[in-house]
Amino acid sequence: MRIDGQTIIAIVLMALATFATRVSGLWLASRLPLSGRVEAWLGYIPGAILVSLVAPVVVSGGIVEALAALAVVAVALRTGNLLASMLTGVGAVLILRALIG
Amino acid sequence: MCAPIAASGFAIGLVFGVLARQAGLGAGEAALMSALVFAGAAQFVVMGLWASPVPVATVVLATLIVNLRHLLMGAALAPHFQGLSRLKAYGSAFFMADENWALAMGEFGKGRRDAAFLIGGGLIMCASWTTSTLIGGSLGNAISDPARWGLDFAFTAIFLALLCGMWRGTRDLLPWIVAAAVAVAAERWLPGQWYILLGGLSGSLAGVARRAD
Repeated sequence: MRIDGQTIIAIVLMALATFATRVSGLWLASRLPLSGRVEAWLGYIPGAILVSLVAPVVVSGGIVEALAALAVVAVALRTGNLLASMLTGVGAVLILRALIG
Repeated sequence: MCAPIAASGFAIGLVFGVLARQAGLGAGEAALMSALVFAGAAQFVVMGLWASPVPVATVVLATLIVNLRHLLMGAALAPHFQGLSRLKAYGSAFFMADENWALAMGEFGKGRRDAAFLIGGGLIMCASWTTSTLIGGSLGNAISDPARWGLDFAFTAIFLALLCGMWRGTRDLLPWIVAAAVAVAAERWLPGQWYILLGGLSGSLAGVARRAD
């Protein structure tokens, strides 16, 4: 197996940079006084991040992604099942792309 | 519970392995990256910058920028990690990827207080991600286009389903609309992954800003 020194250095530094981002948010926030406002802000983060992850795909993606997203939401609201929702999304995209292109 | 993210992670890992191979990494090197860095978005971005010799500074800077969203995600964990020792808290944070973080926040939102949820999902994800990278890197070009199989939509579907469980009522409406609008605009007009951080920041701030009035 070929191992290149420069590559290993890059990978280790990438790992350190990533770990730094993973711990420093937690570190900073655990030093904030957990007032009502701070806690409320932290509570709004998960939804806002997830919305930001999906919105560009759904809004800018086109009709296929928009319809598939509707199907996923319908299944998720009805079943609350993550696996079923994921399979619905992948299946819907697969079928719609074959139909609409 | 973790099966969907592990399965989707496996599929995306295969694709990453193939891409890494095309970018000039050995399968072992790619798998090492997946195990140590364990950050899919950053790894894909870096593959677009990879060259020989490796532009180390560029690659590390790109990793840092793509992963800035972790600052916000880590902050959101803080109230749930209060009782943990430092070793446990920061050890768990190593395994904080978008998918298992989202799962864990969903569980915390439902009132479950088990902080081990993050690291459990993270270990499964990391194992799945590393193994599939190794397989993809060894296979070569068999699966180079995830869109052909609808797999590019897998994580979007998972995030959407998790969002449905996170809805806490009308107080979430404004922050979610702000996050969506900012993310769509930023994704369109800014390079790279800034849209996640900007959308998350503006949406969550919109939530508290309205609360203060």
